[in-house]
Amino acid sequence: MGDLQLVGFVGPSVNWWALMPQIILLGAALVVLLVSALAPQRASTVFTTVATLCAASTSFVVALGLWNDVKTDGPSSSIASAFGVDGFSIFFTVLILIGLATTALLSHGYLDREGIDPPEFHALLLCSAAGAIVMASANDLIVMFLGLEALSIGIYVMIAMHHRRSEARESAIKYFVLGAFSSAFLLYGIALTYGATGSTNLVHVRNYLDVVVFRDQHLLMAAMALLLVGLSFKVAAAPFHFWAPDVYQGAPSPVTGWMASIAKAAGFAALLRIFFAAFASHDVDWAPIVGALAVITLVVGAVMAILQTDVKRMLAFSSVSHAGYVLVAVHSASAAGTSAALFYLFTYTLMVLGSFAVVGAMGSDDEHPLSRYSGLGRSRPVIAIGFTVLLLAQAGIPTTSGFIAKFQVIAAAVDNKSYFIAAVSMFTAVIGAYMYLRIVMAMYVADEGEEGPSPVWHWTTSVVVIAAVSFTVIVGLVPQFLIDFAEDAVPILIRG
Amino acid sequence: MIELLAAQNAVSFPVLNALIIVPVAGALAVILLPNSRPELIRPIGAIFASIAGALSLYVMTQFSVHDPGFQFQSIQSWIPSLGINWHVGVDGISLWLVVLTGLITPIVLVAVDPHHDPKPYTAWLLLLQAGSFGAFLALDLFLFFVMFEIVLVPMYMLIAGWGYDDRRYAATKFFLYTMAGSALMLVAIVSVATLSSGSQDITFNVIELAQRQALSTNTARLCFLAFVLAFVIKVPVVPVHTWLPDAHTQAPTAGSVVLAAVMLKLGTYGLLRFGLYLFPEASVWAAPTLATLGVIGVVYGAIVATMQKDLKRLVAYSSVAHMGFIVLGIFAFTTQSLEGGVLQMINHGLSTGALFLLVGMLYERRKTRAIAELSGIQSAAPIFAGFFTVAMLSSIGVPGLNGFVGEFLVLIGSYETRRWWTVIAATGVILAALYLLWAYQRVFHGEPTADDEKTADLSLKEGLVLAPFLAGIVFLGIYPKPLLERIEPAVNNLISHLEHHSDYVQPDLGDPVVVEGDHGSKDDH
Repeated sequence: MGDLQLVGFVGPSVNWWALMPQIILLGAALVVLLVSALAPQRASTVFTTVATLCAASTSFVVALGLWNDVKTDGPSSSIASAFGVDGFSIFFTVLILIGLATTALLSHGYLDREGIDPPEFHALLLCSAAGAIVMASANDLIVMFLGLEALSIGIYVMIAMHHRRSEARESAIKYFVLGAFSSAFLLYGIALTYGATGSTNLVHVRNYLDVVVFRDQHLLMAAMALLLVGLSFKVAAAPFHFWAPDVYQGAPSPVTGWMASIAKAAGFAALLRIFFAAFASHDVDWAPIVGALAVITLVVGAVMAILQTDVKRMLAFSSVSHAGYVLVAVHSASAAGTSAALFYLFTYTLMVLGSFAVVGAMGSDDEHPLSRYSGLGRSRPVIAIGFTVLLLAQAGIPTTSGFIAKFQVIAAAVDNKSYFIAAVSMFTAVIGAYMYLRIVMAMYVADEGEEGPSPVWHWTTSVVVIAAVSFTVIVGLVPQFLIDFAEDAVPILIRG
Repeated sequence: MIELLAAQNAVSFPVLNALIIVPVAGALAVILLPNSRPELIRPIGAIFASIAGALSLYVMTQFSVHDPGFQFQSIQSWIPSLGINWHVGVDGISLWLVVLTGLITPIVLVAVDPHHDPKPYTAWLLLLQAGSFGAFLALDLFLFFVMFEIVLVPMYMLIAGWGYDDRRYAATKFFLYTMAGSALMLVAIVSVATLSSGSQDITFNVIELAQRQALSTNTARLCFLAFVLAFVIKVPVVPVHTWLPDAHTQAPTAGSVVLAAVMLKLGTYGLLRFGLYLFPEASVWAAPTLATLGVIGVVYGAIVATMQKDLKRLVAYSSVAHMGFIVLGIFAFTTQSLEGGVLQMINHGLSTGALFLLVGMLYERRKTRAIAELSGIQSAAPIFAGFFTVAMLSSIGVPGLNGFVGEFLVLIGSYETRRWWTVIAATGVILAALYLLWAYQRVFHGEPTADDEKTADLSLKEGLVLAPFLAGIVFLGIYPKPLLERIEPAVNNLISHLEHHSDYVQPDLGDPVVVEGDHGSKDDH
C-alpha cells in the first residue's frame, strides 16, 4: 500500500443530451462568426437574427424534452455532479431562451439603425445566453463562476459595441470594473465556502452542513456574506446597485433589456441555488440579512426612481426595486417563496423586455428625457397602450402578471410571518407607482406642441411588444399554468 | 316560488358574471370600431352599458326579498393552487349599489360629451362600470382586491385625459392615495386567509372566513385596521379626504358623477362587507373612533363646503359630509342606522350625481364654475334652476325627498347607541341647508349680468338625462319600502353576526320602522 498507482485518467461521464441547450447556442455562435468571416460580403442582419432565433428555438425544444425527462425520471446531474439537470435549471433555461429570442428580435432593427456589426453582436449574445444557462444550472460553485463570467464578458463587449457613443464605452468600463470587483467577492466567498465545508459542490456543501455542527462558524458566515455581496452586485440589489443606473443609461437599449432581465434572472438563479438549496440548513443565519437587503433595495429603488428625469434611469431604479421583491421572496426561505421568486422573475423578464423594446424604439440618444414620450397616447395609441400595460404591470396593478407576482411574494412573506417586510414591499410599490404614472401621464396628457419625436418602429419591435403585452395580460388573468411551472421547478437540488 | 325561480335562473344563466363581462365586451367592441365611424362609438358604448343596466334591473326583479343571504352566487375555480375562486353573489346590501352602477353609467355615457377622443373615453367608462360591478359582487377577497384596485386605472385615465387644468396633479394624487390605502389591505387579506386556514385549505372565500373567525383578537384588530385604512381613504373620511376635492374638481363631469355615485360607495360598502362581516369583534372595538371620524367628516365637510368659491368643489365637500353620515350609521350598529347608511349610499349617488351633472352642464354653458361669476341664472334658465333645486333639496335632506329618509334613519338608529355623536351629526343637516341654499341663492337669484342672461335653459336631452335622477329622488322620498325591505334582512343578518361574534347587543328599539304594519303582507311575496 502507499505505492503510487498508475491509473489511466478517466474523465467523468458526460450526459451530452443534458448539455444540448448550451451546446446549440455555442455552436450557433461559431456558425455565425464563421459564416461572416468566410462569406464574400458582410453577413446580413437578417441572417444573424434568423440564426440566433433558430438556435434559440431548437434549444427551447431540447429544453422541453429535458423537462419531460426530469418530470418522469427525476432530476439528475452531469459532469461529475457539477452540472444539474433539474426543474430549476430547465425553468431558467426556458426563461433565458425566451429572453435570447426577444433580445435578438429587438437588436434586429437597432443594429441596422445604429450601424453595428451584427455577427459579432449575435455571437456574443449567444455566448452570454449559454453562460447564463450554465450559471443557472451549475451545481458547483466553480462552474457557476464560469457561467457568470461567460455571461458578463459577453455583456461588457455588447455594451461597448456602440463605438461611436462615448457613453456606451463609459458604461462598459464601469460595468467591467464593478463586475470584476464583484467577481472577486464571489470568488473569495467560494474559496471560504471550500474552506468551511471542504467542497465547492453544492450537494456536498449541503450534505456536509446537514450533518456537521460548527463550534465556530465564522468562516461559513464570512463565506455566505461574500457570496451574497458578489451576487447582490449582479442582481443590482441596494446598496450594491450604484453601477446600474449609469450602465443601463449608457448601454444600447436591447443590451439594457438583456442586462435588466436575463443577467438579473441568472444572478437570482445562482443566489437561490446557493442559499435556498445549499445553505438551507443555515437559513436562520442568512435569511435576516437577505430580508434587510430586500428592505433597503425596495426603498432605495422606489425612492430613487421617482427622483429621476431620464426614462432609462427610471427603469434602472425600477429594476433595482424589482430585485427587492425577488429578495423578499428569497428571504422567506421556503418552497412557496422560491416558487414566488421564479414566477416573479419569469413575468418580470417579459415586462422589462417589452418596456425596453419601446424605450429602444423611442430613440438612442444619450439622453432619454420624459418629454420624448409626450403625446404618444395620441400619435401612436397602440404603442402607448402597450407600454401603459407593461408599466402598470411593473407597478403591480391587478389583471396583469405583475400583480400576481407581487401577490405571491407578499403571500410568501406573510406565510413566513414577515409582516413588516410585506408591508414595506406594498408601500414601496405605491412609491414606485408614482414613477410609472409619470411616464403614463407624459404619454396621455400633453399640451399642444409638446409632442415628442415619433418612434423609430421596426416590425420586430411590434412582435416583441405584442408578445410581452399579451403574456402579461394572459398571466394576469389566468396565472395557474405559470404558477404550476414555477412550483414544479422548485424541488431543486439534485442529490448525488 | 320566486326564490325557486331565482335559484333556477342563477343556475341556468350566471347573470352576475354577465354583469361584469358585458361592459368589458363593450369596451373591446368600442376599441375595435374602425376610426372611420366615430359616430358609432358613443351609441355602441351606451348600448352595452344599458344592457348591463338592464341586467342589473333583472337581478333586482329576481332578487328574493326576504332572503338575508347571498343570492345568484356563482363560483368558478380561478387560481386553485392559491385557493382563489371567481366567486360573486349579491345580497340586500350590494343589490342597490349594483343597480345604481348599472343605471348611472349608461346615463352618463349619453349625457356627457367628452369633446375629444370619444373612443378611449367610452371604453374607460365601460371598464369602470365592469370594475365597480366586480367590486360590489365579489365574495372572494382576492377578487375584491383586484376589482377594488383595477377601477383606479379607468378613473385615473378619465381624470388625466379629459379633466381640467390641474388634472395631472389631481389624477396622480387620486391614484396614489387610494393605492397607498389598499397596500396594507393586501397584506391583511393574505394574512387573514393564511392565518384562518389552520389545518384546512387556504381560502379567500368571504363567507367561509366570516364563519371561521379563526384569528386571535389582536390579529383580527390589526387586520381590521388595515382594511379600514383602505376604505376610509376611499370613502373618504377626514383626515384622509384631501384627494377627493381635487379629483372631483378636476375630473370631467362623467368622472365626477361616477366617482361620487359609485366609487365612493366602495369605501362604505367595504366597511360593511369586509369590516363588520369579517371582523365583528374588531368593528365593535373600533366603532367609537370610526363613528367620531364620521361625525368630524359631517361637520368639517359642511363647514369647508360653506367656504368654497367653486361650485363643483362645494358639491365635492358636501360629499365628504354625506359620507360621514353613512360612516356614523355603519358604526352605530342598529338595524335602522345600517339601513339608513345603505339607503343613504343610494341617495347620495342620486342627489350628488345629479348635482355634478347639473354643475357640468352649467360649466358647458358658462365655462366657469366660480360662484362669484354667476348670478340670477334662475331668470334665464328656470327649468335648469328647478332641477337644481330638487337635487339640492334632496342633498339637504328635506322631507318628501330621498335624502330625508336616509338621514332620518341614520339619526334615529344612531341615537340609541351613539347619542352624542348623533346630536353633533344632526347639526350637519342644518349646515347642509346653509351652504347649499347660500350657494343656490348666489348663483340662481340676484341680478343676472349680460352673460347670465344668455345662459341657455335645459335642452330636451339634458332634461331626459336628469329625469331618472329626479324620479329616483322623489320616489325614494315618498316610498322607500321596496329598497328597505330588501336591505333589511341582510342588515339584520349582519347585526346578528355581529352580536354572535362580539359582546355587542343591539338595544331593543321595538319594531323596525319600515316593516311596521306590514307583517301580514310578508307572505304575499
